[in-house]
Amino acid sequence: MNQQQPIDSATQPAYVRIDKVSKRFDDFVAVDEVSLDIHQGEIFCLLGGSGSGKTTLLRMLAGFETPSAGRILVDGRDMSTVPPYERPVNMMFQSYALFPHMSVEKNIAFGLEQEGLRRDEIRRRVGEMLDIVKMGSFGHRKPHQLSGGQRQRIALARSLVKRPKLLLLDEPLAALDRKLREHTQFELINIQKALGVTFIVVTHDQEEAMTLSTRMGVMNHGRIVQVGTPSQIYESPGTRFIADFIGSVNLFEGQVLGETERQRIRSSELGCVIRVDRQLPAVRDATVWAAVRPEKIAMSRQPPGRDAVHPDTENVARGRVRAIAYMGDASVYLVALDSGREVRVTLPNSARDAEQRIGQDEVVFLSWHPSSPVVLTE
Amino acid sequence: MPQNLQSVNQRARRLVMGVPTLWLLLLFLLPFLIVLKLSFSQERLTIPPYAPLLEWINGVPHPALHFSNYAFLFTDPLYISAYLYSLKVAAVSTLLCLLLGYPMAYVIARAQGTWRSALLMLIVLPFWTSFLLRVYAWIGLLKHNGVINNILLYLGIIHQPLTMLQTDFAVYVGIVYSYLPFMILPLYANLEKLDGALLEAAADLGARPFTAFLRVTLPQSIPGIIAGSLLVFIPAVGEYVVPSLLGRTDQLMIGRVLSDEFFENRDWPLASAVAILMLLLLVVPIMLFQRSGGRQIQSHP
Amino acid sequence: MPRTMLGVGLTFLYAPILSMMVFSLNNSRLVTVWDAAHSPTLKWYAELLGNDEILDAAWLSIRIALIAASGAVVLGTLTGVALARFGPFRGRTLLVGMTTAPLVMPEVITGLALLLLFITLQQAIGWPRGTGMVTITLAHITFCTAYVAVVVQSRLVGFDESLEEAALDLGARPGTVFRRITLPLVAPALVSGWLLSFTLSWDDLVITQFVAGPGSSTLPMVIFSKVRLGVSPDVNALATIMVLFVATGITLSAFWMRYQHRRRERDMQLAAAANQ
Repeated sequence: MNQQQPIDSATQPAYVRIDKVSKRFDDFVAVDEVSLDIHQGEIFCLLGGSGSGKTTLLRMLAGFETPSAGRILVDGRDMSTVPPYERPVNMMFQSYALFPHMSVEKNIAFGLEQEGLRRDEIRRRVGEMLDIVKMGSFGHRKPHQLSGGQRQRIALARSLVKRPKLLLLDEPLAALDRKLREHTQFELINIQKALGVTFIVVTHDQEEAMTLSTRMGVMNHGRIVQVGTPSQIYESPGTRFIADFIGSVNLFEGQVLGETERQRIRSSELGCVIRVDRQLPAVRDATVWAAVRPEKIAMSRQPPGRDAVHPDTENVARGRVRAIAYMGDASVYLVALDSGREVRVTLPNSARDAEQRIGQDEVVFLSWHPSSPVVLTE
Repeated sequence: MPQNLQSVNQRARRLVMGVPTLWLLLLFLLPFLIVLKLSFSQERLTIPPYAPLLEWINGVPHPALHFSNYAFLFTDPLYISAYLYSLKVAAVSTLLCLLLGYPMAYVIARAQGTWRSALLMLIVLPFWTSFLLRVYAWIGLLKHNGVINNILLYLGIIHQPLTMLQTDFAVYVGIVYSYLPFMILPLYANLEKLDGALLEAAADLGARPFTAFLRVTLPQSIPGIIAGSLLVFIPAVGEYVVPSLLGRTDQLMIGRVLSDEFFENRDWPLASAVAILMLLLLVVPIMLFQRSGGRQIQSHP
Repeated sequence: MPRTMLGVGLTFLYAPILSMMVFSLNNSRLVTVWDAAHSPTLKWYAELLGNDEILDAAWLSIRIALIAASGAVVLGTLTGVALARFGPFRGRTLLVGMTTAPLVMPEVITGLALLLLFITLQQAIGWPRGTGMVTITLAHITFCTAYVAVVVQSRLVGFDESLEEAALDLGARPGTVFRRITLPLVAPALVSGWLLSFTLSWDDLVITQFVAGPGSSTLPMVIFSKVRLGVSPDVNALATIMVLFVATGITLSAFWMRYQHRRRERDMQLAAAANQ
């Protein structure tokens, strides 16, 4: 995860302010009154599925679409009438969009030429940029002579050479294979820190978002549904949609018990009572959902307490292992409870010996700490 | 400042779309309107040989409308038969073109790499040589003492030279020959884009090659068939060169009729009426072509 | 079975051309009756080169084709750009219609219409003064534009739009984008559009017959008047020259394209390998 501290929004003015921005295409609302503040030096990720509006929002930031309503301000300046070639913003395209008829050097130099810089100055900065992305000897090649990862680095170099304050990245890692992706993620973070550029990244890959961002926003149906650090969003999702969208989650439906201290939920599908360690945001008998991440559930062959398990037991459920997905470092267990409901549990494979690990069809007891469930009302 | 830039962009855009639009309006659309007007006019022995298009009555222009030309066209058997004959010839030629061109396009689309470009080149090469000369070449082949008759006589297959020129047969040959590339290219463009995996799926599900072709490839190639057919049919209706050099003298195609009315009879209004009627006959195919065909002909020579 | 059809088709396509070429060497004026005693001969070629009527007509056709092709490329490119890039605009349907109709319109109709236009113009504003090279050229530009527009439009549509967006993003104004990004990448389409227009203009008969005047005969007109009366050996010679010319051109360009293609393939393989 990106260990940089998120900027405290109260003390710093927003570098990019998206103010109630909407975008309509005929009847279709792609972006629905989005307001967002992004601070200088952040890596902010817009995470969403296809059709969530994230790419449209990015294109409005770049200037390729005009908002139907609302304003976009960059560094305090209203961008409504500013065309893309006059914005202090640059973009790295998903397809890289390298000019096929120009060499790598000419590609990178293109943006500087538009600024009217002198030839030797351009050459110097191009060389500098090539070194930063570690492609120093590739200057004379043409794009079709480069591999996918190399093209990505040139695209990055081209978009950074003009020293923009804000860089927009459209699915930057989508075209790379897994190993390269991990490597590039860290390179991107390093370059960003070294150059002090603000990044806004659009992606559908939650792993990418969680690794890269200092803060992220989840988008659905054109709206921003939650903004926070990756940890905040992962551990404290605001709705069932977000909980399910990021990572895997078990959602247990139940009714709130208790009048004065509302900290217990009876769930028939779980077959036990869920006790949490704080007051619930709902009234008695209200229907809520408890979201418990698979890695927060402990699984054992014996019940954790000494007593047998019954419906009033708190935070313990009994079931049988239905399926196991072995992933090398961890295993994902699908446990069928007595009620029929399936629970997903992730455990690290601490024991090398398969015999020692819990196997298929075994009866197991699932338990969790009261702080683990996130109770959601929507 | 940005406002100015926007207006410069607007002006540039208007220029880019405006210049060709203006040109085509003046040199393509307007002429048709003139033809339309002239078709309602009357022949005169003047230069130009027609009554003025507009009659000025008290300073207000009135288009003079006479329907005699159309009445003539609809009643005179010569014209009716010419229209019907032209439609028939065009339809048969289109069909023959399709029957010959489809397999050819199919083979080329399935060919690999260098074979494919070589074949495409071979198909396209005749197109770049003169249309007129290629039709002329058939005269030499089809005449009484032409190549085909000479060979057949020499081989003893026939004892009298066959009459092949100035027949329907010669016209079909001429049209199919000249328009074949126009049928093959859209078909090829369409077939080339088809996903080969679909045929593999069909085979995997038990379909024999011919069935797979009939039920998978053929339906998907319909847009190409339509585009190619229209690209052949529409101009073939008004064909002039092929029937002039190879065609019958007792039954004329409408293109010949128009030209004769114009150049030999000097009856320009009547010729205009012939043209307008031809346009009306073709308006539906033309619109069909514009709707669907525009995309398909994008694999160009 | 389809392969046989292909063979039949190719034979069908080339037999007439080859026969024409072979008989250009035939001494007999009857063209198709082989005069074994005195053939093959190049005498018709010699006659051709001394035939002023044909040479003048050829020269006129070349000049018209050069101008028409260039004019058509300009107009066709503008049209192609507008249709491919401007999205919906007022008058788009009209422009689309006027660009696709010429592709199929029977030439007798177009020819008639254009001549009437020129005559009406002459009556109204006194220009053009009589038909001739000017009217022929204007007519040719008009119908060739449609072909160029199709070629350019299809090339632009298949073009990665993000390239132009990237250029805008890097600070280039729309004019610069067009000049330095779009145009170079669309150039092959412009070249083939030009060649296509040149051929169409050079070869056109029907429309030209309508809009040509006395004293301006293009090559197709001369050929047509000769062959209406039957075969003519100097036409065979002319045809052979043209076929050889075109065949050489196409073969050279095919080799050139193959060379380019091979080079690109090799480059891409090198890049992939180097990245291991």
